Amino acid sequence: MKFAVVVFPGSNCDHDAYHVATDVLGAEAAFVWHKDTSLGGADVVVLPGGFAHGDYLRTGAIARFSPVMNEVRRFAMAGGPVIGICNGFQVLTESGLLPGAMLRNTSLQYQCEYVHVKVEQIDTPFTVACTKGQVLRIPIAHGEGNYYAEPEVLARLQRNRQIVFRYTNAAGEVTPEANPNGSLDNIAGLCNETRNVVGLMPHPERACELSLGSSDGRVLFESVMKAVSEGAFAPART
Amino acid sequence: MRARVFVTLKPSVFDPQGTTVTEALHSLGYDAVKDVRQGKYFELEVDARSADEARRVVSEAADRLLANPVIESYRIEIEERVAV
Repeated sequence: MKFAVVVFPGSNCDHDAYHVATDVLGAEAAFVWHKDTSLGGADVVVLPGGFAHGDYLRTGAIARFSPVMNEVRRFAMAGGPVIGICNGFQVLTESGLLPGAMLRNTSLQYQCEYVHVKVEQIDTPFTVACTKGQVLRIPIAHGEGNYYAEPEVLARLQRNRQIVFRYTNAAGEVTPEANPNGSLDNIAGLCNETRNVVGLMPHPERACELSLGSSDGRVLFESVMKAVSEGAFAPART
Repeated sequence: MRARVFVTLKPSVFDPQGTTVTEALHSLGYDAVKDVRQGKYFELEVDARSADEARRVVSEAADRLLANPVIESYRIEIEERVAV
């Protein structure tokens, strides 16, 4: 069970993800530099949070063209589990691996706080160990997490059950007040049509130990370890 | 040849920065300003033999990198320099 944690110039949550995979969950993990052309035989790929390439031009816009993204794309197309967290989610939308785009938060502020997100779908590799409707308390830290998609794209996401996480209050109710950034439909995270690529703005990797304030994020990593060990969402090796 | 690329949010996309700038202008008394849309502006020096060729290159660059077609559209101006 091996995680590949991709490191772009400007990634800053790469060590958090590595720490969770290794120290907290006892799995193997390796950093993969953005210029590398191999994922080192990993079972799971993490695109971490941070400010890849300084967020210049648009968040994730330059990272999309990093050499490693060819491998990430191939891995994703073969069915391998990929998670993009925060800036990693932005890289996934810019790459076209997930639909839509991110706008500035409606507050125009960098929102750094704990939020509640509801797990809406449990048939993705990162949510199989969750219960449907489970409410997680995990932090966000972003300035551009205001998810946007054209109306027909949003309708398709709803129809295909691709909206995996939504911002809610502590009781799991989807309300405008619980939406920290203006995202359409309170979307906090989604998956692709084949469900193996997941992106979310909140940071589960920062909430895997009670000593850090919450361990609610841990279930995402436990999910993917379960999915991989059961042979679900294994990438087709070529 | 110089190309200018103006990237703007599509009309259907909410522009929180533009809205804030509008409000700031109103607080300064510029009530005549009804709306602001904030965008990006690029100047590209392009090695091309004709304006058409430059436009082709810049348009491809805008599609692939300068603009995100999900939320943005763009307009290109080519400035041909007259040889002395």
